[in-house]
Amino acid sequence: MTALMTDTDLATAEQRTWAKWQIYLGLFGFGLGIVMGLLQAMERLGLDLYDEFQLQSYYQGLTLHGVAMAIVFTFTFANGFLILTSMRGYGRPMASTGLVRGSFGLALAGVALAASAILVNQATVLYTFYPPLQAASVFYIGATLLILSTWATLLNQLLTLKAWKAEHPGERIPLLSFVSLLTFLMWGVASVGMAVEVVVFILPWSFGWVQGTDPLLNRTLFWFTGHPIVYFWLLPAYVSWYMMIPKQVGGRLFSDGVVRAVFILFLLLSTPVGLHHQFTDPGIDEGLKFLHMAFTFAVFFPSMVTAFTIIGAMEDGAKRRGGTGILRWIGKLPWREPSFVAQVLAMCAFALGGASGLVNASGPVNQVVHNTSFIPGHFHLTVGTAVALTFMGISYWLIPHLTGKKLWSAKVAVVQAWLWFLGVLTFSRGLMGAGIEGQPRRVPAGSLAYALDSWHLYDLMTGIGGTVMFVSGVLFFVVILRTLASKVTGEVYEMPLSETMHGDEGSPAILDRVGLWVIVAVVLIAIAYVPVFLNHAYQFKSPGFSLF
Amino acid sequence: MKIEKYERFFLYATAVVLVVFFGAILMSVGEAGLHLPTQDAVLDPTAVGETPPFDNPGVYPTGPDEYTAVMVAQAWSYSPNEITVPAGSEVTFYVTSRDVIHGLLIPNTTINAMVIPGQVTKVTYRFEDAGEFPMVCHEFCGIGHAGMYGKVVVEG
Repeated sequence: MTALMTDTDLATAEQRTWAKWQIYLGLFGFGLGIVMGLLQAMERLGLDLYDEFQLQSYYQGLTLHGVAMAIVFTFTFANGFLILTSMRGYGRPMASTGLVRGSFGLALAGVALAASAILVNQATVLYTFYPPLQAASVFYIGATLLILSTWATLLNQLLTLKAWKAEHPGERIPLLSFVSLLTFLMWGVASVGMAVEVVVFILPWSFGWVQGTDPLLNRTLFWFTGHPIVYFWLLPAYVSWYMMIPKQVGGRLFSDGVVRAVFILFLLLSTPVGLHHQFTDPGIDEGLKFLHMAFTFAVFFPSMVTAFTIIGAMEDGAKRRGGTGILRWIGKLPWREPSFVAQVLAMCAFALGGASGLVNASGPVNQVVHNTSFIPGHFHLTVGTAVALTFMGISYWLIPHLTGKKLWSAKVAVVQAWLWFLGVLTFSRGLMGAGIEGQPRRVPAGSLAYALDSWHLYDLMTGIGGTVMFVSGVLFFVVILRTLASKVTGEVYEMPLSETMHGDEGSPAILDRVGLWVIVAVVLIAIAYVPVFLNHAYQFKSPGFSLF
Repeated sequence: MKIEKYERFFLYATAVVLVVFFGAILMSVGEAGLHLPTQDAVLDPTAVGETPPFDNPGVYPTGPDEYTAVMVAQAWSYSPNEITVPAGSEVTFYVTSRDVIHGLLIPNTTINAMVIPGQVTKVTYRFEDAGEFPMVCHEFCGIGHAGMYGKVVVEG
């Protein structure tokens, strides 16, 4: 144990520590998010607790919920988890320990600034922060730092790829590192819209350097990034589903090449789709909306491939464990293993989330559900469960892996996963039902003057389901905190890593030409967005309004 | 690249389903005329009160069973906040905002649109049956957002 550590070992150890702190920061955001979620659920059940929590309004709590969940939890977990998978894939530390540390520092500073602005009610603008509603400048600076923390990770992955290639001339990029890199490359391209929105337009306007801004342009730039952000939330979960779940069920991944192709398709198709969030906006040409709709249908394709491949890998695993039949093999899956149970339930929720996403993407159908409760009903199945429950499932092996401590009570953890799943099914059914009956989203539904009778039962479902999700979230923290409070066991908890049936020898080499794929992605984005910006009647005239 | 037989079948089936769905949507536009809001007009968001037609918000008859509703959205009401038309009327709404982004949602109709400062939103709906319809802001617009609603009264 006292053998001298090499520089490589030291770098690996330090980088793992910073990655661990990113995960902890993410879990802190998640903890804050579920408390705010409980307040919303209680409000629907007729119990307004915002005063007790020293919050000015439902919307201040909602802003905290959205920022903590959709930005802090997801960004920092992606940073930490995919730094670890990159290192494991390359079998070497990241090229820059400074950038690993810097990514955590930027995220922490970003969280501190954004949270301080929200907590003093100077940034109650929700996580979509559409101008001309105007928050305090520190909120936007915090958001910028959080984006920069992900860019630090992207840059580090590119430097590490370069260093690894120099050490391994002519070799294929290891699949685990490839999918980790593609996740961040997709996000790097996609996040340019929001970065431009904040740095070029919002910050000078919030500092008072310019008097007016163009609300529609800001909205368009927001959704340039705002749709692909959902793939930045989702792809770390896909990394686990493709690269780890097959191993966790004792099966194998079908094909190296298909996985590479799926992640490339996400790089290409995630961004030229943003207008499907703006189908009901004035000022944007209808034909361009249909162009983005077509791209949106196309980006559904790689998720369907994923559904097939993952289920196939699970069947392979169950049959190797003695499972038989067309469906009976399902019983042979490891249903007592919490990391697996959480993630397979996350996938089941995602099937419903994906289908409802296709509803949202279908222009004329979207007019029924746009900005109604149907939308949060949809995305609590996707980001709120497919992603969040997967991250909880990953934590069940990752926390032991990073700390050397044994997971406290697999039984409680399995119960936790089922509670979340049953909770979200009830919760989302409530929101979706109310939304189809015309209930707007982002309102304190329990105290609406114009509430329709048909909404009441659905509000009850939303309130009860949300409360069950909160209880599940508390159980998750009980398991994690009791694990952390236990002693190091001396055992090694490995990162589960899948084998492939058909390895990289069969995958076309062109799949590894990441620079080429970035260029194709930029061309597709140009096709989708240049006409939108050329058609725009620019008028930077709207002053800021801080109506909270 | 080796792709398993069932995997290949599934890929083709997915592509076919998506193409059929997209075709169905295009048909809903072509055959049923279900259009999305599109580019209409722009105006200076700081001079809404002086810009026709928004200098005179209200409901105006434009033909047999046809009305135009000129509306200004602001924190936290519409002007006018109540619209009365006879049953069977086709109403075309022209809406803009004098401050932040708002929305216009009339549950159980096809009216669901954003109202953005500097832009004019145009949406049309035929109110066949008598009754009262809430007219709701569905984009967060500040602390009074949940209180921003009006109504359409359709007289029998």
